[in-house]
This record gives sequence, C-alpha cells and structure tokens, in this order.
Amino acid sequence: MKPVLQAVDLRVRLGQRDVLQRLDLHTSTGWTALVGPNGAGKSTLLRALAGLLPPSAGRVLLREHADAPGVDLHRLRPAQRAQALAWLPQQGDVTGELTVRETVELGRIAQLGLLGTPGPADRQAVEHAMAQTECTPWQDRRLHELSGGELQRVLLARVLATEASLLLLDEPTTHLDAPHQVALARLFRRLAHDATQPRAVLTVLHDLPIALQADRLLVLDAGTLQADGAPTDRAVQAALVRVFGGAIRIEVDTLGQPRVALALDA
Amino acid sequence: MTPTSLSGSATGTARGAPADIAARQRLLTWLALALLLGTLAGLATGAQGFSLRGLWADLRGEDTVLLLGQIRAPRTLGAALVGALLGLSGAIAQGVFRNPLADPYLLGSAAGAGLGVVLVLAGAALGGASVSLASAVWLARLGLVGAAFFGALAGVGLTLMLARGAVHTLRLLLAGVVIGVLLGAVSDLVTVVSPDALRGKQAFLLGSTSFLGWNAVALMSAGFVLLAVLAQRHARALDALTLGEDSATSLGLDLGRVRLVLVLMLSAGTALAVSQAGLVAFIGLLAPHLVRRRAPGPHGWLLIASAGMGAAVLLWADVISRAVVAPEELPVGVVTAVLGGSYLVWLLQHRVRR
Repeated sequence: MKPVLQAVDLRVRLGQRDVLQRLDLHTSTGWTALVGPNGAGKSTLLRALAGLLPPSAGRVLLREHADAPGVDLHRLRPAQRAQALAWLPQQGDVTGELTVRETVELGRIAQLGLLGTPGPADRQAVEHAMAQTECTPWQDRRLHELSGGELQRVLLARVLATEASLLLLDEPTTHLDAPHQVALARLFRRLAHDATQPRAVLTVLHDLPIALQADRLLVLDAGTLQADGAPTDRAVQAALVRVFGGAIRIEVDTLGQPRVALALDA
Repeated sequence: MTPTSLSGSATGTARGAPADIAARQRLLTWLALALLLGTLAGLATGAQGFSLRGLWADLRGEDTVLLLGQIRAPRTLGAALVGALLGLSGAIAQGVFRNPLADPYLLGSAAGAGLGVVLVLAGAALGGASVSLASAVWLARLGLVGAAFFGALAGVGLTLMLARGAVHTLRLLLAGVVIGVLLGAVSDLVTVVSPDALRGKQAFLLGSTSFLGWNAVALMSAGFVLLAVLAQRHARALDALTLGEDSATSLGLDLGRVRLVLVLMLSAGTALAVSQAGLVAFIGLLAPHLVRRRAPGPHGWLLIASAGMGAAVLLWADVISRAVVAPEELPVGVVTAVLGGSYLVWLLQHRVRR
C-alpha cells in the first residue's frame, strides 16, 4: 500500500496572517525536501498535512494509493491518521522521565491503542528503529540526559517505530553533527526506496546541501509553492536562488549534480 | 544489554532498565514498610499520644472494639486512603498539565468544595441548626460530605465550561484560577453574611482525619480501586503527552477526549478525598515528586507509586498530628503543609547549591 496525501486548494490562517495560500500538491514515494526561507510556511504545511492544523479553506485528502478515492484527513479519527502517517516536530518539547526505549515504544500506540499488549512485531519495530538511528547503545538513558542531537535521533526513532508509509519530518537534521546529518540523509534515501515498503519521506530542511540530495524539491515562499521538481531541474534551481534573495548560488558539477554555495561576494 | 519487555505489568515494575527496576523495588519495599509501621503507629496513637504499651493495654481492655475497631482503625486506614487518592490525583494532574508543579486542587475543585461546605453550614445556621464535620447526626454529616463532593465537581465543571473543554492546557489552567478566585470570593461573602459558617469553613480548610469512619473507608476504597484501574488504562496516554501535545495527537491520541477523561478522573479522586477530610495540603504535589526523585519511570509506575507514597505520607502526618500535642490534636492539613513546605524549601536550597 502506498498512501498519498493531497493538498487541494489548501489555505491556513494563523491569527491575522494567511500562512498558506491556495496550495495544491501531493506526496510521492521517495525522498522529498521542502525548502524555503524563514516564515515561508514550511512547518505549517507539514502540520496541516499531518492533520494537526485544520485548514481555513481547502482540504487535505488521504488516499490509500494514487488512484483510490480520497478521504478528508480531518474527518479521520487520530488513531486512523496515525496508522497512515507519522510526524516529527521541529523541536522536541519533552517533559517527564521516560527512557530512550520507552519513548521509542510510544511509536507503537497507533498499532496497539492505549490498552493493547505489544507482540514480537512491535518489539522488532522498536529495535529496528533504534538501530537505524543508532540509539541502541544508550537506550536506558533518560531523555533529559541527552544532547540536542541525541534527542533528535530518539524522536526520529519514535517516528520510525510507527512503520508508517508517510513520514513528515520537520527539520530532522537540526542539532546533528556532520556525520549524523550524512547518516540521516542516507537513511531517508534507504527508507524511501525500501524494496519491501517504499515510503514517502517529506522532510523540511534548512540544510540546502542535504536538500539537494533528495529525489524531489518543493520550494515554498510566502505560503505559495514556487517550484516542484527534481533538484537537477533548472527551473527548480532558479526558484531556489530567487526565494533565498540571491544569497546562494547553484553550481552544477561535471556529473550534472547541483551544488549549493553561499554568494558571499555578491 | 538484556532485551526488556515492552509490556508493563500492572505496576510497571517489570519494564525498564535493570537499575530502574532495582530503584522501584527498593521504593516499594520502603513504602510497604512505611504503610505497615504507620498503620501500627496509627493504632497505637490515642488521647495519651503515641504509646505501644498503651496499644497493648487497649487490646486487653474492655473498649477494644470501640477504641481500636470503631475509632482508630477506620481513621488510620481512612488517612491512608485520602493520601492515596490525593497522590494518584496529583500524579494524573502533573501528567495532564505536563507540569511537575501541578496540583489536584487546581481547576476549581478546592474552591468549589469550600463553597459547598460554607453554603450547607450557612443554610443550617439560618435554619437554627448547628452542623459541623464532627456532627453525630449522620444526615448532617452526609450533607456536608455531599456538599464538598458535589461542590468540588461543580467547580471543575465550571472551569471546563469556561475553558470550553479540555483541549487547551493554558486556557484550562487560567479558567481554574479564575473559577477558584470567584468561588472563593462567593464563599467569603457567605461567611460575612453568616459568621457561624466561618468556623466550620476553617476546620474544612485545614483538613482533618478526625471524623473518618468505616463508611468513609468503604467509599474511598471503592473509589480508589476504580480510579486506579482507570488511571492505569490511561498511563500510556500520559506517557505520550510527555512528548508534547501535537506529538501525542500524531501518535493517534484523541487529545480532547483523553484529557477530559483524565481531568474528570483527577477531579473525582480529589472530590472524594476532600469531601471526607477537607483540604489536606501538599500531598498531591509532594507524593509524585518524592517518587520521581527516588525511582522515576513511566506513568504505569508513577501513578500507582504516587498513590502509595501519598498514603504513607498522610498516614504518618496523621500520627504526628495526633501525637505531638496529645490529648489535643493538630489539624492534619497543618502537619502536611509544614512537612511539604519544608521539603520544598530543602529541595530549592539543594538545587540552588548544585
């Protein structure tokens, strides 16, 4: 099953401001990076797609596969939503005394409900999620004992433990050092192109060098979609330079791969 | 690393890292010991203060059934149950509000119970009757207990109405403060009009275990078992809430509904305790804190351990309140306030020094 999220004429108003304006897009299997300057509406879009923000107009539809009829995401019960998609917040807002393992285990709530007893499949999903994010060695530590980067990896493991096919990740690489950023980029690619369960991995990213490694780029500015396509697409690259006000340059290497550089001399 | 079981036992002790399990087992042992010795001390504390020799004499005396069976045993067990209810409600409150300083008396329950009691006292005074928690007339006592219970629930009901449900934490807390102030003002107004109600209100505010009988013990036992089972069923939801409200929702939690159920549970627990023993201070805040310091863990453990801790603390506070100025008694709420306040001062100093 390859569930698809589709935003139809989506508008979201926060306070007095239209943060998203008449947005149309759909998720696709593969790794998609959502980029844009601060205040473009990236996190808002992700929260609306996750069903956490009600649209002020338009709809977000969930389809079981690309050709199936869509169901309005906000009409679904949270438990139904949670089985299809998982969301990672921008900043971990954690309280309490849970250990790393206990936190990752919470990812199984959608499958178990509040009362279900976990089985071998649940345990395996938890082990696998911790191994993928390299949390296993310190699974007994409490969250408040972790560094920002370690916490980020644990929260990502919690998302992976859901085994959802749609992953909406808001700045998953924040707080991470270079080796872990690269490891995550590889992980996103692996998850997206997994032979048994290909996923739609939609990540908000500020790190443009990493974003350019994605299969698809969504360029957002002032609540509207400026470009949608492969990072190698010239029109997408031009939109990227434009929304960042010329502060970056895109250079294409001999293999045709785009590279981003800061335009310090401009 | 030993693979640990994902499923928790009823108390949650089977789950977690080996060091955590050891800490929980240690705390359980201490709690069991404190409850056992506290019960013994409660039975041995009478008008002559604490005396084991006195207990021995009482056991062999003629009034054993009256003194121990009808007065000290229900009072001692009742104190433990009031503590357990407040400890459990406190742990739920701190989980729902994601704040270790939350207290079950938030949300208007304390002010509502106070107003209920004042209204009954004033009404009785108006009718020429004298009613107090010590009243031997069961109808009068029932009236007061009922007024406190339903007053507490009504206070929370008003708070929920003002906050338009339990979806927004901040709105809920703010509404609780507003309702608390308003109901408090109304009850002050009533005591101005009917000064007779003032003394009864004072006794209620200070908290007392003096009037706990077997009926109260039976009622609170049933209420506690029901709430503890319900709370255990929501332990995973409280764990999910520690990750933030949006994260909990994204995990599949119907936040509005779950939080409403939890608020109703903590209100019922608080109302039940308060209606039997008045506003005993600090237990709801203190018990979960003490558990977290000694043996932190997920809510499956925290809820039940906080109930045990609340029971142990109030049991001993009750013994102290009866023993220190015997044959007189201190209101147990004063003792818990002194103990709780001192602990928090110590905690603050300790943290500052670190």
